[in-house]
Amino acid sequence: MAYSDKVIDHYENPRNVGKLDADNANVGTGMVGAPACGDVMRLQIQVDANGVIEDAKFKTYGCGSAIASSSLVTEMVKGKTLDEAAAIKNMEIVEELALPPVKIHCSVLAEDAIAAAIADIRQKQGKAESAA
Amino acid sequence: MGNLNIPVYLDYSATTPVDERVAKAMMDCLTVQGNFGNPASRSHVFGWKAEDAVTEARANVAKLIGANPKEIVWTSGATEADNLAIKGAAHFNASKGKHIITVKTEHKAVLDTCRQLEREGFEVTYLDPEDNGLLDITKLADAIREDTTLVSVMHVNNEIGVIQDIAAIGALTRSKKILFHVDAAQSPGKVAIDVEAMNVDLMSLCAHKAYGPKGIGALYVRRKPRVRIEAQIHGGGHERGMRSGTLATHQIVGMGECFRLAHEEMEEENKRIEKMRDRLWDGLKDMEEVYLNGDLEQRIPGNMNISFNFVEGESLMMSLKDIAVSSGSACTSDSLEPSYVLRALGRNDELAHSSLRFTLGRFSTMEEVDFTVKEVRKAVEHLRNLSPLWDMHKDGIDLDTVQWAAH
Ligand SMILES: Cc1ncc(COP(=O)(O)O)c(C=O)c1O
Repeated sequence: MAYSDKVIDHYENPRNVGKLDADNANVGTGMVGAPACGDVMRLQIQVDANGVIEDAKFKTYGCGSAIASSSLVTEMVKGKTLDEAAAIKNMEIVEELALPPVKIHCSVLAEDAIAAAIADIRQKQGKAESAA
Repeated sequence: MGNLNIPVYLDYSATTPVDERVAKAMMDCLTVQGNFGNPASRSHVFGWKAEDAVTEARANVAKLIGANPKEIVWTSGATEADNLAIKGAAHFNASKGKHIITVKTEHKAVLDTCRQLEREGFEVTYLDPEDNGLLDITKLADAIREDTTLVSVMHVNNEIGVIQDIAAIGALTRSKKILFHVDAAQSPGKVAIDVEAMNVDLMSLCAHKAYGPKGIGALYVRRKPRVRIEAQIHGGGHERGMRSGTLATHQIVGMGECFRLAHEEMEEENKRIEKMRDRLWDGLKDMEEVYLNGDLEQRIPGNMNISFNFVEGESLMMSLKDIAVSSGSACTSDSLEPSYVLRALGRNDELAHSSLRFTLGRFSTMEEVDFTVKEVRKAVEHLRNLSPLWDMHKDGIDLDTVQWAAH
């Protein structure tokens, strides 16, 4: 199978690889997928005082398209509010990376990862508020 | 030889290039100046010459496996030979019984043929191999029933290269008077074959894994004691009625020639390939979390199937863009399952998804092996840096205890 230039670029030069402190109240972690299915994505986002995503990091186990999808997503979410990030749809990833139909599940997984990271941060913030 | 050819071809178990000497022999059987006649034409010299060429090829194929030339039936490849053997034997013996035994690690040409027979009302037992890929013969003995008519076990596994103990299985099936079919598509030139000593009744062969052309193969059908099978392709009654269709002289000559060369050069060639294989494994085995799939000893020289834990196979292949290998990972095929062969060995999903098959052959070089070692190490390191599973492993987390959100 031939990969698009954009997939190859993200695969060879992945953006924002790494790890944020999962215990930090301003960091949300989303881990989706399963080794059994051949892909696992970990997406982390960090919000500033205004609730805007100021940093994002990822690590992904999976095929080239899965790696590229998560790398792209870290770029897309930066500078967005949580609500804006939550509105990102997998088809935007499909179009940007020119993913073939058999790889659409990679973009779905990336969308799920955003949702999971946002849910994590909201849960933390909810707890912080009720504790206050 | 003795240099680096990029892209490096390390997928000899998928297919091999045709040896120049084989191609030359084939080209002599095509044009008006060549041996183009129909081997079935009995009335003129064109036919006789073609028949002579086919006869010589038949003898060369028979010789490599210790058979009589009269026991060779030409087919379009190993897939057709598997179909002819299994369906042909099952149907012919259906009045005696409808139970067949095979193994979960067989090629799809065997497994899917068995599935078809199940749809027709036959019963098939699919045995699990041991963790090293080899069949425990006592499990086979236990699976044999009154109504078992056929056992089908491959000689050399295409994914992991392990060599089954065909002689031991043959002794068992012969003593029980059950037919024994062997898919030996991957064997010629890699490991010695003797259908007499091994008590094999039916054996599938093909040319394109042994430096011959694609689209030609053969089924060995034992004559003493006589094995009878039902034809699957009907027509002019060629090949003693077992497989009709005008014989493809050039293909057959190609198969004969590559089997002749295999017979002559096998010993020398395997020594050379084994040295390269050892160098490949020595270059990789000291990495962390690297596992060899399949038995190391009972294995053909050219095969290395290795799992690089916490790295997914398809992305690894993408990194190795100058090296042609194959992967047992799901993403390379339409199915979502990782390699069924590795799963049958009891490998967990991570390891099955993380495997690469390197197969070396006649035109491989040490330089190519060294290049491959270097590239693989680099790629695995790059991908582990990207892998959350590797992080977790390094943090001491047992992945089996994690609740995954399966999708
Ligand atoms: C073990 C085994 N059986 C059968 C086949 C099918 O052979 P062919 O391509 O000649 O039909 C192959 C090769 O793909 C094989 O490796």
